[in-house]
Amino acid sequence: MRLEPIVNPSLARTLAPPALAIAGTVVIASLLAMLAGANPFSVLGLILKGAFGSQFALLETLNRATPLIFTGLAVAVAFRARLWNIGAEAQLYAGALVVAILGAGLLDWPAILLLPTMAILAMIAGAVLLLIPALLKVRLGVDEVVTTLLINFIFLLFVSMLLEGALKDPMGMGWPKSARLIEEARLPRIIDGLRLHWGFGLALISAVIVWIIGARTTLGYEMRAVGLNREAAEFAGIPVSRVLIKTALLSGGLAALAGYSEVAGLKGSLTLDLSPGFGYTGIIVAMLALLNPLGVIAAALFVAGIFVGADSMSRAVGVPTYLADIMLATALLLMVVAILLTRFRVVRE
Amino acid sequence: MHHHKEAQVVLRLDQITKTFGALTANDAVGFTLHEGEVIALLGENGAGKTTLMNILFGQYTADRGTVEVMGRALPPGNPRAALDAGVGMVHQHFTLADNMTVLENVTLGTRPLWSLGQRRTAARARIVQLADDFKLSVDPDARVGTLTVGERQRVEILKALYRDARILILDEPTAVLTPQETTDLFETLRKAVALGLSIVFISHKLHEVMAISDRVIILRHGRVVHEGATGDTDPQDLAARMVGGEVAAPKAAPGTPGAPLLALSGVSTPDRGAAPGLKSLDFSLLAGQITGLAGVSGNGQGALADLIGGMIRPASGTLSLAGADVTSWTPRTAVQAGIARIPEDRHKTGTIADFDLTENAILEGYAGAPFSRHGWMNWSAAKAFSEDIITRYDVRCPGPTTRIRLLSGGNMQKLILGRVMEGEPQIILANQPVRGLDIGAVNYVHSQLLKARDRGAAVLLISEDLDEIMALSDVIHVISEGRLSPPFARGTMTPADLGVWMAGHGFVEAAHAS
Amino acid sequence: MDILEILMTASFWTAAIRIASPLIFATLGELICERAGVLNLGIEGIMVAGAFAGWMAVYSGLGLWPGVMVAFVVGMGFGLIHSILTVPYGLSQHVVGLGVTLLATSSTYYAYRLALPEVTSPPKIAAFQPYEIPVLSDIPLIGPALFAQTPLTYLAFIMVAIVAIILYRTPLGLAVRAAGENPQAVAAQGLSVTAIRMGAVMIGSGLMAIGGAFLTMSAFNSFFFEMVSGRGWICIALVVFGAWRPGKALLGAILFAAFDALQIRIQQTPLGAGIPYQVFLMMPYFLSILALVAMSRRAEVPAALMVPFNKGER
Repeated sequence: MRLEPIVNPSLARTLAPPALAIAGTVVIASLLAMLAGANPFSVLGLILKGAFGSQFALLETLNRATPLIFTGLAVAVAFRARLWNIGAEAQLYAGALVVAILGAGLLDWPAILLLPTMAILAMIAGAVLLLIPALLKVRLGVDEVVTTLLINFIFLLFVSMLLEGALKDPMGMGWPKSARLIEEARLPRIIDGLRLHWGFGLALISAVIVWIIGARTTLGYEMRAVGLNREAAEFAGIPVSRVLIKTALLSGGLAALAGYSEVAGLKGSLTLDLSPGFGYTGIIVAMLALLNPLGVIAAALFVAGIFVGADSMSRAVGVPTYLADIMLATALLLMVVAILLTRFRVVRE
Repeated sequence: MHHHKEAQVVLRLDQITKTFGALTANDAVGFTLHEGEVIALLGENGAGKTTLMNILFGQYTADRGTVEVMGRALPPGNPRAALDAGVGMVHQHFTLADNMTVLENVTLGTRPLWSLGQRRTAARARIVQLADDFKLSVDPDARVGTLTVGERQRVEILKALYRDARILILDEPTAVLTPQETTDLFETLRKAVALGLSIVFISHKLHEVMAISDRVIILRHGRVVHEGATGDTDPQDLAARMVGGEVAAPKAAPGTPGAPLLALSGVSTPDRGAAPGLKSLDFSLLAGQITGLAGVSGNGQGALADLIGGMIRPASGTLSLAGADVTSWTPRTAVQAGIARIPEDRHKTGTIADFDLTENAILEGYAGAPFSRHGWMNWSAAKAFSEDIITRYDVRCPGPTTRIRLLSGGNMQKLILGRVMEGEPQIILANQPVRGLDIGAVNYVHSQLLKARDRGAAVLLISEDLDEIMALSDVIHVISEGRLSPPFARGTMTPADLGVWMAGHGFVEAAHAS
Repeated sequence: MDILEILMTASFWTAAIRIASPLIFATLGELICERAGVLNLGIEGIMVAGAFAGWMAVYSGLGLWPGVMVAFVVGMGFGLIHSILTVPYGLSQHVVGLGVTLLATSSTYYAYRLALPEVTSPPKIAAFQPYEIPVLSDIPLIGPALFAQTPLTYLAFIMVAIVAIILYRTPLGLAVRAAGENPQAVAAQGLSVTAIRMGAVMIGSGLMAIGGAFLTMSAFNSFFFEMVSGRGWICIALVVFGAWRPGKALLGAILFAAFDALQIRIQQTPLGAGIPYQVFLMMPYFLSILALVAMSRRAEVPAALMVPFNKGER
């Protein structure tokens, strides 16, 4: 069996991967639903309705999509340069931590000053967290997949330590959570009365900025070159190590904004269960988006929809919510296969 | 060489056809090999020789045609069947695991995978015996990574002999050997023939073909265009048949040397794995001159190329450019200093396969005007530049937005040439510039290098092909074990003379003399 | 008690060997995959799947050893998914591995919820009991540690020997190692790189699953979420730490486990009481990073690790 590159893939072929992934996901979900004794059509219908079927559902989906856009962007930026950032989870918590520390009254500033300051410092925190594995990779050749993964565990324990100690909310009735944020540290709602906060707007703006960086700046060009062929990039004079470091800073910062947005926008305080794995789900979002920043928006909405819909469906019909995770895992794997089939033809030898 | 007219037919290929997409690699190719015969399969790069042998060895399956070994049909696409039938292949790019010993490499796959013991003692004894019989001395317990290129080839041959090969296929075996090692190889082959083996020898080197083969088969564009006894032909005739006409190589008139543009003084670099580092080198590139660097690969050419190209800094010694000492030396500063670099491997270091022609064209120059300003890319200027290169350097392609992986090797090389030559560079580092190209592209690249030299540039030509070096260079250095020979002017050295230096002998004598 | 006193108790070493056992299985499994040239990031998920499969088999009425076999087969199944995508199709081993971990974990949790929907506290099974080897287990200090463990621990040690022998003393092991050094060499000798790599990944994944099953069938006796909690990732570091050699990997696993056993006991000492427990829990992960950094001069990496094999590349 041999893989032969296809010379001019048609538009249909290029759009096939997401379509195939979604189709396959639907099939697997149906089979699993039947296994649970439920009607597949009603399960899928309930998922759709739970995701987009009402104003409440839609807002819930958009809220859930917000951190996923940030982590999806973070992963997409990193993966494009072949920097395997699996640590978006820790970087998210780093951003959240900054908000929890600064926004509970430590800085008595007006919102217009406090919110941007917290955002910038959050990004710096996330960037630093990814900088360490990036430096280890660049200087010593240590595989960043494992180091970023391990840092996830370490940092989460660190946050847990702080939440039970220094950051513990005295009015929290014993639960490990941080003190409530002051009003000035909260992201305002986009439309008064609706549960959608400006984190979502920030996410969309970030996606556009990342797209511009990739398509129109020298940094974007350098990141793509380094990701596609590091040796050729180095030979041509591109400062590979510096590009990887800049990529790490950008990626870590974006992931941290997810934490910033969740605490300052949605929750108002930091708890250990702030993120049900947004950092890891960001990987799926990025892959489904084919690492394209604008595609990340669509992919995040899709993934958020599945999770929100599955929650609602599970309450109604009793099929375990883990169905959503399985659907996304299969979507990811099918996506990767589909990408291959659009670029190459399988030739029987 | 004996010529067994009634000898048994050991190998018969018939009507072999193979296409890859739009490319027809082999078109109804066939020939017969008799016992004890040496056939040379001649043709330039891309003629279909390696594809044909890969089909024989089972790595590809032919679309049409049959292969018969010792009178029995060979099941296609099955290297195991080929090996069991007695076909042994010595690949052009050695199929050896560097981290494992000679013994392990040779015995790999020779015992059933479910058997429990390795029978190492018996294997070792057998290898020593074969090495003795065929003049292939090698230590069975040495790690392959520590062996020289010549020794590695001996292991490749031993692999085939260990499996009782009756037919030996050698794919461009002398490409990486010194003249002395080539002689040793031919001796081994003669021994093999005397012991009843038959040989197919793939090459594009005409004088070797004349020296070793009984019959010559010439492939061009996938078809057999000539088949005959070696005794009935001569190199000129063969060359003409290979390219289908007169070979119009550019006439290399001697250049007029000018001032030294690049000077290395006392430069040393550390060893890199099996390749030796440079040892206190003194070296100058003069304007208006092509300086050829001859030598077997792995003797320090890589370090020298990387040094001049800005990839590494010397551990000791100095570089100076047009008289000025060069302190900070990176690929970018090398580019900015006006050094044009044609890399050794256009796929690995020269281009980014999934970038389009425009993105590849600005790979070295993207960081400043006109392609970008303050970090913002100017894609229209980039596209104009790449269209300019496409026209001026005759790059055959659908357009500037085509991904470069779809271009042929020759066209890729032309883009690289265009990219580095556009700025009329004063120093050109051409590292194996025509490796893997067809004769048309080879002539084109050579004429560009000569043109550059004629307008005053200094050209450093690094090549494993002694013919190329001797045809183009005004001055030749030989590099061996990281040491540089004195410069030899055009016309003063024969290949055999250079071969002595390539094997390291001239240096020893010179050391004794001083 | 201070640290030295802790180190001199038999219970400490017994705990260390017990904690090391799942790590030994999983590290051996990953080692086999990587020796053949494939990085298997599905290890974490496969351990979860193995933990559940073995436990579920016993809970459904099968015997303990059949349960271990079930876990092995389940692991092989996920190994098959991984290797089909990464070997003949050459897809990114990073992405496929993470996808397999996610798939294995989520399908395990889904299956668990389907099988036991209303359960609040996880049901127990009759797990492996320690089997004391006569005479040897009476040796002071190391006797109980090495010879009074459950049969699965004994199996772990036996597996180290078996894997080492196969890898270094058989034609099959030679072929596996060659596939990880230069697959072209393997193909040129008439062997199938695809079959060897896929087989290695499947067997390795089976072993990983047994490592997970150890947790539910020998260490604890029920299955709960977050059971594996990062052990799989630590094993990836252990493979590097052990320089891809089974014997060294065994030592690495014991070293890490010893540290883990130590930190539990240190918390009872005056030294340890003032330090938040999270610091101790962080230690294995820190150690893993340090191990990776220390081994970063990777001279012993299989040369073709993560390089997909393309037959006759043009």
